[in-house]
Amino acid sequence: MLTGFAQEYRRYQSISFQATKEQVEQALHKSQLTPDDFAALLSPAAEAYLEALAQKAHQLTVQHFGRTILLYTPLYLSDYCSNRCLYCGFSSQQLIPRHHLQLDQVEAEGKAIAASGLRHILLLTGDAPKLASLDYLADCLRILRPHFASLALEIYALDTEGYRRLALAGADQMTMYQETYNPVRYAEVHPSGPKRDYHFRLAAPEAACQAGMRGVNLGALLGLSADWRSDAFFTALHAHYLVQRYPEVDISLSFPRLRPHGGTFQAAVDVSDRNLVQFILASRLFLPRSGLTLSTRESANLRNHLLPLGITKMSAGVSTAVGGHTGEGESGQFEIADRRSVAEMCSSLREHGYQPVMKDWEPL
Amino acid sequence: MMEPLLLGGRELTSRLFIGSGKYADDALIPDIVARSGSQVITVALRRVDLSNPDRNILAHIPADVQLLPNTSGARNAEEAVRLARLAKAAGCGDWIKIEVISDQKYLLPDGFETVKATEILAAEGFVVLPYVSPDLMVAKALVKAGAAAVMPLGAPIGSNRGLQTKELIRILIEEIPLPIIVDAGIGKPSQACEAMEMGAAACLLNTAIASASDPLLMAEAFAHSVISGRQAYLAGAGSIRQYASASSPLTGFLEASC
Repeated sequence: MLTGFAQEYRRYQSISFQATKEQVEQALHKSQLTPDDFAALLSPAAEAYLEALAQKAHQLTVQHFGRTILLYTPLYLSDYCSNRCLYCGFSSQQLIPRHHLQLDQVEAEGKAIAASGLRHILLLTGDAPKLASLDYLADCLRILRPHFASLALEIYALDTEGYRRLALAGADQMTMYQETYNPVRYAEVHPSGPKRDYHFRLAAPEAACQAGMRGVNLGALLGLSADWRSDAFFTALHAHYLVQRYPEVDISLSFPRLRPHGGTFQAAVDVSDRNLVQFILASRLFLPRSGLTLSTRESANLRNHLLPLGITKMSAGVSTAVGGHTGEGESGQFEIADRRSVAEMCSSLREHGYQPVMKDWEPL
Repeated sequence: MMEPLLLGGRELTSRLFIGSGKYADDALIPDIVARSGSQVITVALRRVDLSNPDRNILAHIPADVQLLPNTSGARNAEEAVRLARLAKAAGCGDWIKIEVISDQKYLLPDGFETVKATEILAAEGFVVLPYVSPDLMVAKALVKAGAAAVMPLGAPIGSNRGLQTKELIRILIEEIPLPIIVDAGIGKPSQACEAMEMGAAACLLNTAIASASDPLLMAEAFAHSVISGRQAYLAGAGSIRQYASASSPLTGFLEASC
């Protein structure tokens, strides 16, 4: 018996991206889009309308968010992982030196990040619940709370009770990448480990909403499955599903593309810049008030160009290695393409007519 | 010179209140204030970082302008109250705009939670300006709760759609013995003018200025429109008639034959 978003997924399982010009134009001029309209904007036919989409996405973003970009950075706590994800630098099969931060090291990393002016942080761990346990994560949250306005998590999937514990310890947001919504491909790229449970991961964002998280961020790893349009569609449909049911929660989207890493995995498809832009623009029209996040997986040049197209949140001063902010890190989860420091990112944003926002919540 | 608006113990000669969000650079704010003539500016406490004075939006607010911290981000009365107390403790004064929104889709305010927060904060001595949907019963409850004004929305926040709730706002103006400040939705100076013509005490807006191609010129345009609308209200517009009022009436012969 399917429940939650799994039911919604089944409803749209055979969605087509073969829209006509007329369907694209109709979707482009609507103020509230249906999932079918969104699919039309993701279609090959919509590629001819990217400029019109961009104009509308820009206008909607300025209207709802202004000319501001919220900055954050990730803090990797532990790269021990029991999953064998074929595309990930932290896979249990990767022969890399592993690191796990002790609480004093967590605080040192936190202080180093806070010194850059950032007040929003994303804590990440590999899937090793015995080492990066809920107790450990709760301790990390308590240690970092005085230094930050917002503490977000990108960790292994939990149930509602698990998220509730971490929310009580100070986490206010969570990020969950389903990686690919295609269950067959999901099984192929997750041959072993707890992450292999597709449905448990699929239910995690809703569990976080029910647990009282203030924000939930979703994404699919573009390029992992051969049909990027399908993954794009289901990522935003998942967000739409949560927006409808949990209006009190900030639902946002990320647009990660496969990046080179320590393994030999090759992307199933090359998701081009044009494809990425189409996904971002269509998402802004489908979810006009949702935050859209862009990570340092993308180059500085591309990130600068994507600024006016709907993006509201960016990472800066990034290290994807455990201990990377205090200079102790070695292997990263993936190669970053935008190596700008927080200060460089701020001045670049100002040059482009955007205000860098370091703080957008007052912890209570 | 317009008659001043009395609010929270202050005499305000400008009836245009402005917001401070959505600008590419907070350094624009003093010029926006100057061009709008506004004497009240609302600031989202969630964006105020008191631990970083150089990155603190408050550094850009002119000293003679009344600061109106808002509880943007609060999803219930308890969070709004805590934010208000934090603002006061941080030296932001005792004015507070209550903004309780538990619906991130349409950003419509929660009237029940707003009344609760108003009651608590008014009792603590805050000058409470609650942002609400224009609902008469909620507005009456806010009067009882000790609000200094009622701030109904003209349209959803940030929508620039104008006075979509005009009839409901008119009822509040007629029935509520507090200043009615139209807050949210106003997108053009003509819409602010219309709200003031109806008898609104003031207008509060942000997106309309911040999202304009020339925010400074738009701020000035709003300043004029609010003055104009208020003057029209005070002047008392002539009544609207169903039929023409002829200067040579058809029944004039009756007067002549008497």
